Amino acid sequence: MSYAVKNLTQASRELIAFRIGDQEFSVNIMSVREIRGWTPAMQLPHAPADVRGVINLRGAVLPIVDLSARLGMKDAEPTARHVIIVAQVGKRIVGLLVEAVSDILTITEENIQPVPEISSDLAKQYAKGILAFDKRMICMIELDHLFPETYLEKESEAA
Amino acid sequence: MDMNEIKEIFFQECEEQLAELESGLLKLNDGDRDPETVNAVFRAVHSIKGGAGAFGLDDLVGFAHVFETTLDCVRSNKLEPNQDVLKVMLKSADVLADLVTASRDGGGVDEARSRGLVKELEALAHGEMPSAHAEVAKPAKAEAPKPSDDSGFQPIPFTFDGFDDDVPAAKGSVYEIGFKPRHDLYAKGNEAALLLRDLSKLGEMSVGCDMEQLPTLDKLDPEASYFSWKISLTTEKTEADIRSVFEFAEWDCDLDVKLAAAKPSDEELPMVPVPFDLSSLDDELGSDTKAADEAAAVVATEAAANVSKMAAAAARVEKKEAAAPAPAPAQAAATAAAGQTIRVDLDRVDRLINLVGELVINQAMLSQSVIENDASGTSAVNMGLEELQQLTREIQDSVMAIRAQPVKPVFQRMSRIVREVADMVGKQIRLVTEGENTEVDKTVIDKIAEPLTHMIRNAVDHGIESPEKREAAGKDPEGTIKLSAKHRSGRILIELIDDGGGINRERVKQKAIDNDLISPDANLSDEEIDNLIFAPGFSTADTISDISGRGVGMDVVKRSIQALGGRISISSRPGLGSTFTMSLPLTLAVLDGMVVTVAGQTLVVPLTAIVETLQPEASAIHSFGATQRLISIRNSFCPLVDVGRILNFRATQANPVEGVALLVESEGGGQRALMVDAIQGQRQVVIKSLEANYTHVPGIAAATILGDGRVALILDVDAVVAASRGQSLSPEMSLAATG
Repeated sequence: MSYAVKNLTQASRELIAFRIGDQEFSVNIMSVREIRGWTPAMQLPHAPADVRGVINLRGAVLPIVDLSARLGMKDAEPTARHVIIVAQVGKRIVGLLVEAVSDILTITEENIQPVPEISSDLAKQYAKGILAFDKRMICMIELDHLFPETYLEKESEAA
Repeated sequence: MDMNEIKEIFFQECEEQLAELESGLLKLNDGDRDPETVNAVFRAVHSIKGGAGAFGLDDLVGFAHVFETTLDCVRSNKLEPNQDVLKVMLKSADVLADLVTASRDGGGVDEARSRGLVKELEALAHGEMPSAHAEVAKPAKAEAPKPSDDSGFQPIPFTFDGFDDDVPAAKGSVYEIGFKPRHDLYAKGNEAALLLRDLSKLGEMSVGCDMEQLPTLDKLDPEASYFSWKISLTTEKTEADIRSVFEFAEWDCDLDVKLAAAKPSDEELPMVPVPFDLSSLDDELGSDTKAADEAAAVVATEAAANVSKMAAAAARVEKKEAAAPAPAPAQAAATAAAGQTIRVDLDRVDRLINLVGELVINQAMLSQSVIENDASGTSAVNMGLEELQQLTREIQDSVMAIRAQPVKPVFQRMSRIVREVADMVGKQIRLVTEGENTEVDKTVIDKIAEPLTHMIRNAVDHGIESPEKREAAGKDPEGTIKLSAKHRSGRILIELIDDGGGINRERVKQKAIDNDLISPDANLSDEEIDNLIFAPGFSTADTISDISGRGVGMDVVKRSIQALGGRISISSRPGLGSTFTMSLPLTLAVLDGMVVTVAGQTLVVPLTAIVETLQPEASAIHSFGATQRLISIRNSFCPLVDVGRILNFRATQANPVEGVALLVESEGGGQRALMVDAIQGQRQVVIKSLEANYTHVPGIAAATILGDGRVALILDVDAVVAASRGQSLSPEMSLAATG
């Protein structure tokens, strides 16, 4: 068992599952602040490809990250059906652009399977486990790993 | 509430007291002889000392005590507060401020300086009126025989920390008095503190308060009597005299008077010996039950040890205060005049401001969609919306007013700088302030202090001449620097006027030529020469001093003023002095901007940066080199900068003829024409941080939210201009340019 899985709490917890392309992912419901429909974002100059821009979230300026591009898949082509998951990552709030929210899952530790040995470094970085659910495979994403505290600063420097 | 929080409050109060102290001393310096001013000054030092004692800040207590002693001489008209005395006192106020800062943030103070001042203060108090010291050192000893030779008496710095250990031996017999008031005593309007004060007039007295019976807060009856006192009194009076003090109260209290054989001891453990000042008690505490209330609140959370400290703090007042003219009525008046204020965490205010900003945007969006659906504009909904709009405007104004603060604290800080720098360079300078109550946003106040300090130092060091020179020129040897603030057309105008020599234009011009800032044959107007001092890398000081002239000079000042969205200018008359004028926005939360479109995106350009806007004609555009283009404006050529290209919104440069050019002035002083596609309008926008959730974006200063609810970016004009000079905004930029 991987280190991450061992560290999970015994009690059941809830995840929000969402779809990007034909894959399903999930994040801890505790880090999700709200889910809202897609609105066009104000493009930022010199932003990396996965940063779609910024939108107005009740007075706060919220950066929108195309999760599909961030996970190394193709860039999203947002439509009115796309949704933004507003998530708390560290001290920042980030909007994650995904295709659709599919489910709210209640899981216990037994549901979680370790990430198999794969070659993709990116996948190893963010995936902290795999859930088997109704014959579906749902990848659990660790947002803190996807956006390490310094990530946002780094990307602008490296951009 | 834990001890640290209480301490934090204490330091906040210290700031206020220090400000009070300084403004009082300055008033005295200007010839104000109002006793209330002296009292206010005394009170400020006294409160700092009292609080510092509670937290065991011995250095602070020691210094404040000596200071207070000298001030008391002024208060009792034994010391004339002339210029020399006030000079020492103003310096002492500075040291006191340093000590407060050192106590709060750690770190040391200039010990030699504070020791020197202690000596000066003592000399003032001692040299002028020895009798005052006798009073200080022997409080409440009214009945005791006076020392035969008053003038031979050595002043002893006296703190009450060790009060119970070193009660001086007094003549007479020692009485042990137990005094336990019952509820009825208070109900009949008697006051334990007053009785104790009367008692203290009989002789040398030490009081211990027994708080043993004080219940926890939940069981506390606010009207009940919980305290009792153990008093040991050394007096020549008889027991009957003592009992007569309690004459009108003896039915309502348990009184026990007996002659003690030996010196009173503090063997009774539950008693907390408290150095008590009774004369101040009736000022500070309305009634004893209130004291019980307060004490109980503390007891509920604090250990007994802290209680004694707190009580000591509340009560620690020198007994000599009893000997001075009673300040009670004046004190009450001052409290009433102070106005009602509350302390609010800045975060809460900012949150409120954010929410109101959001409300304004929301209201605008709502109006817009209603107008779209109801073109007639007569429906009840429309009417309601109009009222809503007015209300939201009013709320926004009121909320912004919460953050507004008078510039007074900053101005006061400047007077200290003037004093210190003037001392250092041996000049006599008076600082006159005007319009200190002009209000401006707190962030502006915080950020204005540094450039202002720099300018004041410059004015003292370079502006005002030495006393000899001034006299030779037929001027008052004492120079005057005037600092004034006023509101003008939605901005704050700060003026710094000195009556010094003015700008030496010949020297400035020569310096500028030496530093390659201008060509030797440049023909400049007087105004242009004056403004050269704002040029980067310009310093007229021939010798680099500690005070100013470190190579960074007025250009830094200008830049920090511009960063605040302000402008600075100078006008100077040779021999008569210079005037610096700063115009600053009242708040940093909103900004006047021009809303423009660039490559389909909406941007806001700060209005302060824009000099003019123009529609370029094809004939005015000239290519220069491979990619550069210049635009001719009234026969001078100015580089054209395509904002969309710089920000990477489009891959190729737009056709200038189809757009609008904004002529901007940047920090380097140079002008640039920024090309945008169209101007949407001009409006006030609320500044939103991009850094909060994202990170700094090169070329962008901040973001804002427009009336339609969409985000717009505020252009960082200086960065864009710098980028157009070849300094790339980001590595990607240069990559894109080469690839």
